[in-house]
Amino acid sequence: MPVSFFLVLSALLFSIGIYGVLARQHAVLVLLSIELMLNAVNINLVAFSAMLEEAGLGGQVFALFVIAVAAAEVGVGLAIVILIYRNRQSVDLDELDLMKW
Amino acid sequence: MSAETWQQVVFWFFALLITGAGVLVVTTRNVIHAALWLVGALMGAAAMYVLLFAEFVAWVQVLVYVGAIVVLMLFGLMLTRAPIGSAEFDNNQRPLAALCATAVFVVTSVILVGGFEGKEINFARTTGTTTESVGTAIFTSYVWPFEVVSILLLAALVGAVVIARRD
Repeated sequence: MPVSFFLVLSALLFSIGIYGVLARQHAVLVLLSIELMLNAVNINLVAFSAMLEEAGLGGQVFALFVIAVAAAEVGVGLAIVILIYRNRQSVDLDELDLMKW
Repeated sequence: MSAETWQQVVFWFFALLITGAGVLVVTTRNVIHAALWLVGALMGAAAMYVLLFAEFVAWVQVLVYVGAIVVLMLFGLMLTRAPIGSAEFDNNQRPLAALCATAVFVVTSVILVGGFEGKEINFARTTGTTTESVGTAIFTSYVWPFEVVSILLLAALVGAVVIARRD
């Protein structure tokens, strides 16, 4: 099977994530879209790892690292979201313009 | 049917599942449904990893993403008392966002398809990659990145507690 099938699939998933990040207003929904983008990257890494089978398992190992980084990112991100909600009773990203010049 | 045909069938089934679930994640009006559709997209990605001989990554995906991250997301949605259902969750830049996403998709897929033309994934091999070989790779070639990731996780843990703590 050509590797480009997997590459186009992950490009599509990444674009869906970009749409979600740009069009969503609720902070947690933006985090969900970021997870979609991270998964697109993971599909790419694993597909390249399968394509270059004689080159070792670097793709799979880095996919595992990406999953770990995603877990860390979600932990800190949700902590920030909960703090913002506690201070402002809202997680609407269009209302969070305190640091906008 | 030959094994190659079956692999094509499995690929297209899960590709459609991932795409459909992903589109529903970014368009649905119900925040809880968005998190649950994300489970569909993540399970489809796990199936892709199995198809690509990465069983260990697939199970880590199921355990960490579906088991932990989606549950955290649901907690976040509940704790921020999101108006479930009725409300409008999209801002007024949807056409611009769709244009931007389409542009990124067209550019990346044209470049990637052109750059990797003729490269095939050899599905004919009979052995997958074992968990043992992944473990050997992590703890020999990639042991420093592994340590850095563990420090990152510790920092994220401490950071999340400090940020969310109620003084």
